[in-house]
Amino acid sequence: MEFAFTEEQAMIAETARAFFAENATSERTRLAMAADGIDRDLWQSFCTELGLAGIGVPEEMGGVGLGMVEFALIAEAAGTQLAALPLLGNARAAHALVAGGTDAQRARWLPALVAGESIATSAWSNDAAAGEGTLSGTFRFAPHGGSADLLVLTAGEKCWLVQAGAPGVTVTAHVTMDQTRPLATITLDNAPAEPFADHTAAFHALHVTGWLCLAAEALGGAQAALDRTVAYSKERVQFGRQIGSFQAYKHRLADMMIEIEQARSAVYWAACAVDEGCDEAQLALHSAKAFCADTFHMCAGNMIQLHGGIGFTWEHDAHLFFKRARSISSMLGDSQWHREQIAGMVLGVAA
Amino acid sequence: MKLGFSAKDEAFRAECAGWLQAQMAGPFADIRGIPNLCDAIPRRKEWEQQLAAHKWSCIGWPAQWGGRDATLAQQVIFAEEYARAGAPNRINHIGVELAGPTILAFGTEEQKARYLPGIAAGTHIWCQGFSEPNAGSDLANVKTKARIEGDEWVVNGQKVWTSLAHYSDMIFVIARSEEGSAGPKGLSFLLMDMDQPGIEVRPIGQMNGEAEFNETFLTDARCAADAMLGARGDGWKVAMALLAFERGVSTLGQQMQFRNELDQVIAAAKVSGKAGDPVIRQRIANAEIGLRLMRYGALRMLSNTDLSAIDGAALTYKIQWATWRRNLGELAMDVLGQEAELAAGDQYVWGALPNVYLFSRSDTIYGGTNQIQRNLIAERGLGLPREPRGQA
Repeated sequence: MEFAFTEEQAMIAETARAFFAENATSERTRLAMAADGIDRDLWQSFCTELGLAGIGVPEEMGGVGLGMVEFALIAEAAGTQLAALPLLGNARAAHALVAGGTDAQRARWLPALVAGESIATSAWSNDAAAGEGTLSGTFRFAPHGGSADLLVLTAGEKCWLVQAGAPGVTVTAHVTMDQTRPLATITLDNAPAEPFADHTAAFHALHVTGWLCLAAEALGGAQAALDRTVAYSKERVQFGRQIGSFQAYKHRLADMMIEIEQARSAVYWAACAVDEGCDEAQLALHSAKAFCADTFHMCAGNMIQLHGGIGFTWEHDAHLFFKRARSISSMLGDSQWHREQIAGMVLGVAA
Repeated sequence: MKLGFSAKDEAFRAECAGWLQAQMAGPFADIRGIPNLCDAIPRRKEWEQQLAAHKWSCIGWPAQWGGRDATLAQQVIFAEEYARAGAPNRINHIGVELAGPTILAFGTEEQKARYLPGIAAGTHIWCQGFSEPNAGSDLANVKTKARIEGDEWVVNGQKVWTSLAHYSDMIFVIARSEEGSAGPKGLSFLLMDMDQPGIEVRPIGQMNGEAEFNETFLTDARCAADAMLGARGDGWKVAMALLAFERGVSTLGQQMQFRNELDQVIAAAKVSGKAGDPVIRQRIANAEIGLRLMRYGALRMLSNTDLSAIDGAALTYKIQWATWRRNLGELAMDVLGQEAELAAGDQYVWGALPNVYLFSRSDTIYGGTNQIQRNLIAERGLGLPREPRGQA
């Protein structure tokens, strides 16, 4: 038992932090927001120079191995800078393929996903109908769906791979509140679809990776919202004092730190529990997604309030944090839903 | 980063669990699971001595002083198994977890030999003489005075909120030893016998009807000139180090008690049918999440070996658990309903959960109020400007 990062983990964290701080600048993120929400150069260097897209994918399948603790470190660092990347979709697809893909599916897609040559998204439907090697239905809220060439689609607990360019596939990108991760609606009309070899394993991996990715991004985002607000509170002077010297202001920042420290425990508890196959992994994942999303939303809201008028402007980055926090809250189950899953575990299923 | 325990640790778990369970099923069954800190004191003193006889009284201490040099993982395991066996709250918590480590850190060899064996053996129960009527949140405003007379310190003043003073053998006191000093300067850290004419203890009635805290009056109370930790006038440093030990491994034992309390709320919700109420379900889920995060926060804090770095987990821990428990008390009352406002008998005595509801109002006050905690977090954790100070 040692609940601290190993030297290697600390090094990965530092490398990722430095990479995103240098490259995922506000200016570049805003350029990506004006297009499809992906900074292609950033994604290319993330995949090829750093080779970090292959974390969680075994080396024999073309990845770099390692586990969810290392993956969470990367997602946290990306979240700190609100990096405009298809990390969520690509990692979910890659991990689902590792867990439940056929050999042919893995050979076809994993190298492309790890190298950043393919962009993946994932979405679910409640009205899908499967035919002989085909799928029909509407799949909503696919992150970066308008840019994806690989679609990992679920209905019930079944999972399919669909290529975006295939006949019968219509992808409609939406103007989305969080422009760093725009959503799309995917409509399939008897589109060719390949089922996964192991639906249950793929479905499980999609959720584990999705929840952990969002929780870790939220942790990084919340910490950045706090750090930037602290810096501002030391610069800005009113009534002849730094505004960070007012107790009403200090206590609100302290409340952010209290939540963030718990969020950090949640992310690394969940990541570790998944890696070690602990019984409590599912509880940890629900806890992490709910707690981190709530923490990020609270911190991003405070970031706007504590910056005053400048925090409400388009020019300032506060709204980017706020909108990312909102999208994380809604995505892959809101906090109430995750808490209800936990309530079900400790109290039994609701009547 | 690793959550699991090694095979060696699991063997240690089997050893301590076996011993603890046998004790709680056998010779100490009568004090199994008693919640109130002030109940059955003589039996619990015997329990402390039984722990000592089998070298379980202070496992984190060096073997030389009666400990086992236990690793962090072993201390975690012992805390878990201690609570799982239903062993009672340690009445010598202050001696083992606070006084002992402080004496180990600041004491001379002669002082270690004088004080540590009594703590390790469970024969000397300790209490803490820090707070005063005008030195609560503003702890450095201590007015109790100490002066040297011959080869003795003579101490005059009043301490307050002294837990378990009426059962204690020893007290550590911070007192102003330097004439004309103010604030954190000029204080000395003294170790005093409770059994002397100069010390009088008066229990303080609490809002829950119990009296665990006391006022302690010192009137020409005495101790030897060398019954002092650290240098004369430098007691603040020792006191601050002691408070840091408060966040040590003992917090894990406290969490096991919280686990037990939350389990009672969960059981009550199932019985009362509130387990089907969606709002209650959300609140219970939040309590479950909060308790788990407390555990992993504590493990992060205890695994942190870089003591120079600002440890956010340690700095935020107090307000986190205190607020969690206050919320739990409120949740418990909402789950139990109005019935919980009726005492079981004709005395003003409360069952475990209503007592959590009442007692937890003190959790967010003692050991630094939530407001003081936020100042500390903002100033030490975030580097924000310090609160302006008025005239002393």
